[in-house]
Amino acid sequence: MASNSRQFAVGAEPMLPRVFRVEKRVKETADTFTLTMMPLAGDEDFAFAPGQFNMLTAFGVGEVPISISGDPAAPLPLVHTIRAVGAVTKALCGLRKGGQIGVRGPFGTSWPVSRAEGNDVIIVAGGLGLAPLRPAIYHVMNNRTAYGNVEVIYGARTPYDMLYQQELMIWRGRFDLRVRVTVDSATPEWRSNVGVVTNIIPRARFDPYHTTALVCGPGVMMRYVVQEFLKRGVKEENIFISMERAMKCGIGFCGHCQLGPHFICKDGPVYSYALIKDWFEKREV
Amino acid sequence: MESLEQLLAEHPFLEGLAPHHLKTLAACAQVRQFTAGQFLFREGEEAKEFFLIRSGQVAMEIYTSRRGPITIQTRQEGDVLGWVGLPPPYQWNFDARAMVIVRTIALNVDCLRRACEEDHELGYELLKRFTGCMARHFRSLKLQLLDIIHGV
Repeated sequence: MASNSRQFAVGAEPMLPRVFRVEKRVKETADTFTLTMMPLAGDEDFAFAPGQFNMLTAFGVGEVPISISGDPAAPLPLVHTIRAVGAVTKALCGLRKGGQIGVRGPFGTSWPVSRAEGNDVIIVAGGLGLAPLRPAIYHVMNNRTAYGNVEVIYGARTPYDMLYQQELMIWRGRFDLRVRVTVDSATPEWRSNVGVVTNIIPRARFDPYHTTALVCGPGVMMRYVVQEFLKRGVKEENIFISMERAMKCGIGFCGHCQLGPHFICKDGPVYSYALIKDWFEKREV
Repeated sequence: MESLEQLLAEHPFLEGLAPHHLKTLAACAQVRQFTAGQFLFREGEEAKEFFLIRSGQVAMEIYTSRRGPITIQTRQEGDVLGWVGLPPPYQWNFDARAMVIVRTIALNVDCLRRACEEDHELGYELLKRFTGCMARHFRSLKLQLLDIIHGV
């Protein structure tokens, strides 16, 4: 299966974790933390493309796939934003400075940031979906003149569930980036939109013939967001979504993440909608 | 200065409406501005006006005794506000509060109903537009409920 975007190859030992040390732990929301980490061995060789993920090991507990959420231009320290929902993620989120994590990767395809050059770029994130998109936002901002109009549309359940709040404020202050945020419900102190991200897409400024849409969030949200983009005339092959599936090996061997003919860990997680539409949100699979 | 008919014609909700229908609506309309924090209407009040928002942002709020007012949706430039007050019992079931300075065209609901009864062509034209608003509203409400209740 042809990948839809650039990948960084994993090392010669893709099944062997490298040990990283937690340098910093930041609480983003009630249950979500951002861990910043460096290789224990002092080995500085690490590169990734926006949208790729690592398999993170909480020693003695287990391994989970987590998207990389740092700046691809400065791949170390390695940055992951993790929501504590299961045994492994709870163990990872519980680590403090000096704690050790096993890292395999990076795996998978990436957001098509090079292919999007010359286009307007509309980035739509829901909830934790902003984490895998943040490297793409960094890349676009680092190479701002290569792109047309750029908008980030972010939806969360409440203002307290929003990731990277400080950074969102900084992005909002830029003249060359439009950031629109919305929440499902809020108290009157909230000064921005209340509603879903699909309500905002009709207001976004872009030329549908020259637009790349990058979308990440819950499956249902992505389904409706894709419909909005299609309604506005963006082509299927220019709409990219990031798929979530139970990735295990990370290299397409074990089949845990298989979706029809696709191995999400290897052929994804980032797909153009044109490539994945027959399998996306299908109840049979 | 722009006439009311021009202002009505510029609003996306009435885009493409025939000039004679715009003239009829203009007779029911007035320009209204609200300052930040001012209520356009409050829950339980009689629904006397229907609003076309020209600029600004309006919070639709429901008051709860435990948590105070909760914003359930916002409406902004180009949106309509208040179709829920058009059918009986002609009563608002939420508060609408201006978050910033809000400029609207307020259409008198009694006048609008009479105009639609007298001119069914206008009535049907508006009904189609209201139905579109309702469909969009329910589509987004469905997503919002999924996220709030099930966290999907």
